[in-house]
Amino acid sequence: MATVSALATVTPLAVLLYLIAAWLLVGVLGLVQSNRIGWVARILFPLGALVALGVAGMGALALTADFTAQSALLPLGLPDLPFHVRLDALSGFFLLLLGSAGAGISIFAAGYFRQGEGTAPGLLCLQYHVFLASMAMVILADDAYLFMVAWETMALSSYFLVTTQHRLPEIRRAGFLYLLMAHVGALTLLLCFGVLHGGSWQMTFDAMRGATLAPAWASVAFVLALFGFGAKAGMVPLHVWLPEAHPAAPSPVSAMMSALMLKTAIYGLLRVSLDLLHVGPWWWGLLTLGLGLGTALYGAIFAAVQTDMKRLLAYSSIENIGLILAGIGLALVCRSFDMRLLAALALAAVLIHAFNHALFKSLLFLATGSVMHATGERSLGKLGGLIRRMPWVAMLALIGSLAIAGLPPLNGFVSEWLLLQAFLQTPHIPHAFLNMIVPLGAAIVSLTAALAGYVMVKFYGVIFLGQPREPALREAHDAGALERLGLIWLALGCVLIGIFPQVALDVVGRVTLSLVGTTVQHGQSAWWMTTPVASNRASYSGLWLWLGLLLVIGATFVLVRLFHHGRLRRTPPWDCGYPWQTPRMQDTAEGFGQPIRHLFGPVFRQQRELPLPSDPQPRYSVLISDRFWHALYLPLARLTRRIADSLAFLQGGRLSIYLLYSFVTLIFLLVCVQ
Amino acid sequence: MNMAVYVWQIGGCLLAIALAPLFAGWVTQCRAWLQNRSAPSLWQPYRMLRKLLHKDAAVATHASPLFRSAPYVVFATMALAAAIIPSVTTELPLARVADAIALVGLFATGRVFMALAAMDVGTAFGTLGARREMMIGFLTEPALLMVLFSAFLMFGSTALPAIVEGTLTAHQFVLHPSLAFAGVAFVMVLLAENARLPIDNPSTHLELTMIHEAMVLEYSARHLALIEWASWLKLFNYACIGFAVFMPWGIVVDGADPRRLVLAIAALLLKLVIAGAALALFETVSAKLRLFRAPEFLTMAFLLAVLGLLVHLLLEV
Repeated sequence: MATVSALATVTPLAVLLYLIAAWLLVGVLGLVQSNRIGWVARILFPLGALVALGVAGMGALALTADFTAQSALLPLGLPDLPFHVRLDALSGFFLLLLGSAGAGISIFAAGYFRQGEGTAPGLLCLQYHVFLASMAMVILADDAYLFMVAWETMALSSYFLVTTQHRLPEIRRAGFLYLLMAHVGALTLLLCFGVLHGGSWQMTFDAMRGATLAPAWASVAFVLALFGFGAKAGMVPLHVWLPEAHPAAPSPVSAMMSALMLKTAIYGLLRVSLDLLHVGPWWWGLLTLGLGLGTALYGAIFAAVQTDMKRLLAYSSIENIGLILAGIGLALVCRSFDMRLLAALALAAVLIHAFNHALFKSLLFLATGSVMHATGERSLGKLGGLIRRMPWVAMLALIGSLAIAGLPPLNGFVSEWLLLQAFLQTPHIPHAFLNMIVPLGAAIVSLTAALAGYVMVKFYGVIFLGQPREPALREAHDAGALERLGLIWLALGCVLIGIFPQVALDVVGRVTLSLVGTTVQHGQSAWWMTTPVASNRASYSGLWLWLGLLLVIGATFVLVRLFHHGRLRRTPPWDCGYPWQTPRMQDTAEGFGQPIRHLFGPVFRQQRELPLPSDPQPRYSVLISDRFWHALYLPLARLTRRIADSLAFLQGGRLSIYLLYSFVTLIFLLVCVQ
Repeated sequence: MNMAVYVWQIGGCLLAIALAPLFAGWVTQCRAWLQNRSAPSLWQPYRMLRKLLHKDAAVATHASPLFRSAPYVVFATMALAAAIIPSVTTELPLARVADAIALVGLFATGRVFMALAAMDVGTAFGTLGARREMMIGFLTEPALLMVLFSAFLMFGSTALPAIVEGTLTAHQFVLHPSLAFAGVAFVMVLLAENARLPIDNPSTHLELTMIHEAMVLEYSARHLALIEWASWLKLFNYACIGFAVFMPWGIVVDGADPRRLVLAIAALLLKLVIAGAALALFETVSAKLRLFRAPEFLTMAFLLAVLGLLVHLLLEV
């Protein structure tokens, strides 16, 4: 039987399935001595990290040139609905992402989790590894049934992880909101798969690929997928759960959700829109592009005014997801006009950006975890000056901050560069309206990128630079060895992709080849050059830029020392003749965000309290909240409650009545079937 | 590719580094003349560098290594940017390594390091300057990109040399309306990015208004010298970007023939003289904007640049 042979021979897919089982085993082993932190953290989490490395390796194998897609049937599932799994280039790429970022997070988590913080360590270990395994299963699933099972397992396990500190009411609230949004998204996906099988009632992805849908139904399926996956990814206006759930979770879990879980939604959207559905009309792409650009700008603006470091990062994730969605939109537009090279370019930008985001966002979330452990503070207003007490975390977080700000020569710049290149090539679209509207997207992308720089200067400067805003910060300690190792692993990824962007481009080339039928980089240029379209149109070389920068910095340093001197005096900072300087005179996080609040005022819902000059006890306050929450979600919640209230009489609490309902429903269904 | 190209690549960069203080001195001199003051010597910036490099550096007691390394990084980004911009010849090997988008990225890297270093010591002025600089920066950066995008779309390449070659090898002179919008936007960006009136005043230390000077208050001696040099280099670079996109005449497009290079350098000097005088004139006749009005000015620059792009897509494709 095919099932047995597929699992018996050593293929990457079989190894992957065993690795996923190993993750589950590691999780279960956590329950053996669930309260011994030494067992769970020092042994099981590093084991999980090793498994993650294996997953990354198998994912990389699927991206080699002579790999053909492998599929298998699992002897699990319902009698007539076996589980199908499949490993192809797209799933290989996302497994590589999951494994390489997951390894860094797991190593960090080994040093991070402590005794007595909410859920018992062993239970946490189980939830953590089930979460990882379910994400891998989502990526490997080859039928809608297994996909939904894994998808829901992922949502549930992450819900328990978010509510680790379940004794705090606001964390329970955040968890509930997350669960609610996750299920709204899952229901939409269920409907989407219901449309996709095209009447054949075959739930395998293979059947869906072969199904021919009427154009209207294809569009319905696409919109359902966009909203279902968008809800998971944090697309505006379905983003409200994200800034609540990310800060509530422990830092490694926030890192996993932001870096990995959001990417499974991106994976799902790519799988449905580029693989399962046939080429669609151009407005699919335009819709995705518009929503993506709106999400990106919205996330960046909100990130700039946050005062909680993890909320700031959560909004920054929304921004990055927006950029990714914009790229997918562009790829869909190009695909609908059969412009394969441009579609491949946009898709390459999307995939590399997804990978980059997994690296630097997990790096930054983990760094906030170290900061929280060292100081006990999450509010930016009570931090500062940590570069002197925590040099390791500060240096590694600097790499992450520069990368996420999209600055050359790090990896964030590479994907933004590719995305801008994709936007710049669009005037060849044979559609006048799109021709005009799409390059304007480049304006929003560049504005978002510049705002990201602002946000990151605020994030890094307020936490690590300046003087400590609280006396307790002077006792902060640097992260431990395991935590450092995890951070170094992620930072190294950021630097390496920055130096060798063409390697990343070659790797994602396998994915674009399988999805849109071509790869970028056709020029015959040297191996260190990145020339995605043609060498005379655009070229970039991370390696030479690095070398150039290092060379000029080194030469400047040597020349200054050689011809002048290195004498240095330590003095108190310049106080402008006013000796009573305190750390409170530095800009706060609110102060640093003030120009953005001023400039984009109408975007925010602000409640300001400004006292009169004559007020004896003046109190200044400003509360910024999301307009969508008040304009969309609260009215919806009120409406739901009203409907529920009016139907409450059905719920009498008597068993016989409920049995009657079941009976009537059964009769009704039988009549329908007749 | 012959050796001369590489020699010129380094030579051009060194020329920019050497000329940048002179250009800054020229602008200061013109300003003084226009304002009826007696002007400092043209060599004043070099004297200042010499003085600063000989002094002992005074560094705040709790300044971190980031504070001390930032001047080198800022200087390196600006020097590398000078190597990418075709100011004399378009035969630049480095221009293939980093195109114009990377050039804007390099400017951003310099700015971010400057702002981070300003926040490092933790004085009120430093953070204030950093915040204001980033506020200016997040609007000018996309505006500059949009200005360049109009040119990219026109010549189908994101490399600055290709834009210069495209303009110079066109058989007839064409006036592009989109470039008019882009030109106005570019001048506004240049003023804002280089701490010039009406956004910032390079010769003031008034806390209500200063941006660049607030950030560098803590620096002294060699660090200050590098930062000042880098900011002159930045002005020089912006002028050269302007020449490359809007008036590339005189730039050598084929080969590195020494005689033609001399001519090209002469053309560059002439353009710098005119641009410096124009900049001084503009600064003299305009008044400092209130800081709250600065975003309006910059938003206008951004929108003008986007308008230029739209005009190009509507009328010129």
